[in-house]
Amino acid sequence: MNWIPAFVAIPLGAAFLIPLIEHWIKGSSDFLTNAVTAFLMGLTLSFIHQAAQTQVYFVGGWEPAEGIPFGIALVVDGLSVLMLLVVNSIAFFATLYSVKYMARYTDKGKFFTLFMLMLAGMNGVVIAGDLFNMFVFLEITAIASYALVAFGIGSEELEASFKYQVLGGTASALVLFGIAIFYMMTKTLNFADASRVIAATGVTPALLFVSVLFLVGFGLKSALMPFHAWLPDAHPSAPAPISAMLSGVVIKVLGVYTLVRIFFNVIGIGTIPALKTVLLSLGVISMVAGAFLALGQQDMKRLLAYSSISQVGYIIFAFGLGTELGILGGLFHLMNHSVLKSLLFLNSGAVVYETESRDMEKLGGLMHKMPVTGTTSMIASLSMSGLPPLGGFFSKLIIIWASIDAGYPLLGAVAVIASIVTLAYYFKLQKEVFLGKLADAFQKAKEAPVLMCIPMICLAIISVGLGLLLLDPVREMVLTPAVHVIQGGVDYARMVLGG
Amino acid sequence: MKGMTVIVKKISQLMVPSIFLLGLYVVVHGHLTPGGGFAGGVLLVGCFVLQILAYGSDEVRNDLKKWRASLSESIGIVLFLFIALLGLFQGGVFFYNTIARAHPGSALDLFSAGLIPLSNLAIGIEVAAALFAIFLTLAVFRMEKHT
Repeated sequence: MNWIPAFVAIPLGAAFLIPLIEHWIKGSSDFLTNAVTAFLMGLTLSFIHQAAQTQVYFVGGWEPAEGIPFGIALVVDGLSVLMLLVVNSIAFFATLYSVKYMARYTDKGKFFTLFMLMLAGMNGVVIAGDLFNMFVFLEITAIASYALVAFGIGSEELEASFKYQVLGGTASALVLFGIAIFYMMTKTLNFADASRVIAATGVTPALLFVSVLFLVGFGLKSALMPFHAWLPDAHPSAPAPISAMLSGVVIKVLGVYTLVRIFFNVIGIGTIPALKTVLLSLGVISMVAGAFLALGQQDMKRLLAYSSISQVGYIIFAFGLGTELGILGGLFHLMNHSVLKSLLFLNSGAVVYETESRDMEKLGGLMHKMPVTGTTSMIASLSMSGLPPLGGFFSKLIIIWASIDAGYPLLGAVAVIASIVTLAYYFKLQKEVFLGKLADAFQKAKEAPVLMCIPMICLAIISVGLGLLLLDPVREMVLTPAVHVIQGGVDYARMVLGG
Repeated sequence: MKGMTVIVKKISQLMVPSIFLLGLYVVVHGHLTPGGGFAGGVLLVGCFVLQILAYGSDEVRNDLKKWRASLSESIGIVLFLFIALLGLFQGGVFFYNTIARAHPGSALDLFSAGLIPLSNLAIGIEVAAALFAIFLTLAVFRMEKHT
């Protein structure tokens, strides 16, 4: 049996079973959600060894006729497997963490329902083989995350959620508008089929217009610099496990993955010469401005949110280089950042859980009171700022190396400077939260509950181990197939439809 | 919220059965005529909403109705997923139309197209229940603001 539809069907089914079961058996949603996410993580791991080949699944058995697909196609290739791996493993740790953390909120059942919907949406975006299904799943994810950001129902949460909805809605409208014109232009929505049509017609004004719409729409979703305004409000206001999901995976799936899939595999990065320049400049602007803005923050979660903007800038910058090394660096940094940023947000959640404060001026000296949180946060901060033996160092090194290699030494130098600023603001975070003198108000603070510590420890171990991804056998299994998919560009059409 | 005058109440009573019937018709004939689960579901919920508007939300036990709406919504989706899984287990492919492949039926017949009318039914339940739940939530919010 082919398990590809299970990535969407299982979380979607769970989302609607949770309210039913939770009504009769209180507390069952904890078990059900964790079982689902653990199963999905296992399922993704079983997909790794077949990442090198492209698997296509025609829903309802509607096979393409004469090479033209007319049903819904689900495509799992190297890039999809890598994204599925990131999404489902972070989701597992986030749900495990939520069991204890969300007990302080009311109605955990609704929380898990929304969480499962968000997960189903993200998995759907990653495996969708056509533009319209991708859009539908993107909206499922986005709408579930609007509700999740507002889950605390405080004035701050509602304001952040409103801002997120307005900008997210704008992004979706632009994308839908782009899809309409795209459909008018190519007469198909299937990625592979559309790619062939575009290759035959070449660059038209309509294609340029569609590219701009997609760039702005997905740029808003991935919070690249001129479009970032919603992120520093939305990500800190959400409950910690949701912040981890939003910063760790949602912006990457809805923004980075969609941009890469459409611009590299469907339109072709070489088709429109200005595309690379645009990606490079957006990346550099986000990278630098995000880092400097993070430096000025006093709110712990807000600092992490600005850091996300900066790190996504690195990823987009690396993809904009377009070379094999650049793409490798971008994907590697994407994985690193997912794990590290989720871990840091879970740490911040543990701090908020124990001290009920996110203000870095008031916090301090928590290392002795919360050794697990402090140590894991230290590991994540060091890796993110690029300390040599850890994964974050290697991904940034590859990106900088690739930019010099591709003939942009100046931009490489800018990336180095942004990296130094990163080090500065993570030191600030460590110094003002975990090191220094313990404030009197927090004398009674203690370590977070065990169920919250386990995901943090696991993520810290994974983050240390991520450096191993560069070893040849592991790299061949996980990163190389994804690099080949992106590097292959419009060859994607042949991989999916054959011929 | 208090109800409206006796004229509105009576007229809405007269209208509701025909609206309900139209909704059912649109859902059941989804595979033959324009419309389907979504449009029919919206029509179905229209008659519930009309009743509440005419009689006022004081008459409704919101807590009870909301749970039932939520229950039917979940059942609708689970039913839809069940139909998709039926295709998976019988035909080996997700959403495989097993009934239509075995018994195609004649075109434009009510009993044709296999699983599609059943999916429309599930979507109809889901959409009607979800919209009703949203409406009830808004009605409850209004009441809380007034008191």
